[in-house]
Amino acid sequence: MSVSSGDAPAGVKPPILQVEHLTMRFGGLVAVNDLSFDVARGDITALIGPNGAGKTTVFNCITGFYKPTAGRIALYRGATPKPGTLDALTNSPRRFATGDDGGIFLLERMGDSEITARAKVARTFQNIRLFTGMTVLENLMVAQHNWLNRASGYSFLGLAGAKSFRDAEAQAVDIAVQWLDRIGLKGRADDPAGALPYGDQRRLEIARAMCTGPVLLCLDEPAAGLNPRESAELNEFLMSIRSGNGTSLLLIEHDMSVVMEISDHIVVLEYGTKISDGTPQFIQNDPKVIAAYLGVEDDEVDEAETELEK
Amino acid sequence: MDYFLQQLVNGLTLGSVYGLIAIGYTMVYGIIGMINFAHGDVFMLSVFIALIVFVLISSLVGGLAIALALIIVLVCAMALTALWSWAIERVAYRPLRGSFRLAPLISAIGMSIFLVNFVQLVQGPRNKSLPPIMDGGFVIPVGSGNITLAYKQILIILTTAVLLAAFWFVVQKTSLGRAQRACEQDRKMASLLGIDVDRTISLTFVMGAALAAVAGVLFMVQYGVVNFSDGFVPGIKAFTAAVLGGIGSLPGAVIGGLLIGLIEVFWSAYFSIDYKDVAAFSILAVTLIFMPSGLLGKPDVEKV
Repeated sequence: MSVSSGDAPAGVKPPILQVEHLTMRFGGLVAVNDLSFDVARGDITALIGPNGAGKTTVFNCITGFYKPTAGRIALYRGATPKPGTLDALTNSPRRFATGDDGGIFLLERMGDSEITARAKVARTFQNIRLFTGMTVLENLMVAQHNWLNRASGYSFLGLAGAKSFRDAEAQAVDIAVQWLDRIGLKGRADDPAGALPYGDQRRLEIARAMCTGPVLLCLDEPAAGLNPRESAELNEFLMSIRSGNGTSLLLIEHDMSVVMEISDHIVVLEYGTKISDGTPQFIQNDPKVIAAYLGVEDDEVDEAETELEK
Repeated sequence: MDYFLQQLVNGLTLGSVYGLIAIGYTMVYGIIGMINFAHGDVFMLSVFIALIVFVLISSLVGGLAIALALIIVLVCAMALTALWSWAIERVAYRPLRGSFRLAPLISAIGMSIFLVNFVQLVQGPRNKSLPPIMDGGFVIPVGSGNITLAYKQILIILTTAVLLAAFWFVVQKTSLGRAQRACEQDRKMASLLGIDVDRTISLTFVMGAALAAVAGVLFMVQYGVVNFSDGFVPGIKAFTAAVLGGIGSLPGAVIGGLLIGLIEVFWSAYFSIDYKDVAAFSILAVTLIFMPSGLLGKPDVEKV
């Protein structure tokens, strides 16, 4: 059996994102404490935990909003590199190394627009942040700015009526319309994004993130504020992104109907520390998770009190 | 009637120049929420650049067709003024981004003083003048009298219209324009969609300065005389125009510019020339009392 050193053992999917010993301190507050986990390629990974557990802080570190106090966040666009390659990159002052098969990106060293443009990580927020004054279609076009601006001759060729400009614009519109079709908003392409109902805005935001062409999509509470029917639609949409586009997903979610139904892998945080990590079945039955979510059973409290009284 | 029409043409000519400068104010305000007080002086600088290039061309290759010479002057002035504005943003504003709101404003006032003094030092304090570049015009009989459409007035109005159309196209229909509008609404989110926000802001300064340079060339053609302090009054007028039209709104800036130009010219023609600035600013004050966000500005409504 000749398995090259970088390959994952059979049965385990290779990681696309590896978070190692991530620590984020704000003054004296430790928001994330020595957290390590992997996001497997092609998986839907959920990050769950009680309020204030540090989930959004982890997202902010991954997407370049915060510079972590310590730790490494490595993203692999292509194949998982051989062990030496990642350490060599970490020891060099470089932020990323690109090759034919994609590249390795040390996200903790990169800025937010660079993470989207080069490492191909996209994210959404807990609150909706669409460009409400622009049309639905324009929102999806803005997300394609990176390649579109270059392909259209840095926009100024448009003034000369160049064919390359019109072709690039037409191609971008095509991509945008395909996404509108998938989220059922094709008919509303020219309406202002702010005029859409809440549930549609949520899906549009995800479609917009997808228009940046990400390999990893990070969603911060995508189901927040959705009714059960809309949540079910969201589940379907997220699964179609995973299977149809080959994008890996990392999501923060409180809605357990979403988490348990679509996740392949769940990481549970409490007070910035990982308390559990595994499949949905494993998490559901893990006593530590149950204790974190429901509190400790009454009789256990009694036991503790009798211990103290002794 | 002929007198009225003549004043209308004069007002539109002056208003075009204000409108072109006002766009620079309104765009920069839209994207980073800052009043670029140095913009009027960038305009003044562009008149000097245009003047120098024009003199160079006519002394190197005398007898060049005036239209060709003006096109070369226009391109050079736009490019060089844009470069200046880019450098100003890079040196004086970008390092202060993320600082408190007043810091870039004070820096802008500093840049304004720097530009005025720099030009005074290198060009001397006296008026620089050119012989008239473009004489003559069409005389159209209207009723009992005539109105004169000077060639340079036609040039100014046409150039303004063409450039505004081109500019509108860039902002509305191209990827760069969409990126600018996205940065205007939510800079952080734009950056998360892979847009290089710093570069987009730089380009906004460059575009604003290029339009100010167009105004500068037109100013040179119209008046043929410039001095180091000539940026202040047109700058303030254009800023007023941007506020009147609704700061942050592009069509607002143009409409505001035309209105200020018309008010000034009509007041001078029918009332008193000494009070033309008072009239323009009074109308601004009255408009803002009844429409606090200007004619086309959107009020800042905070959703709770």
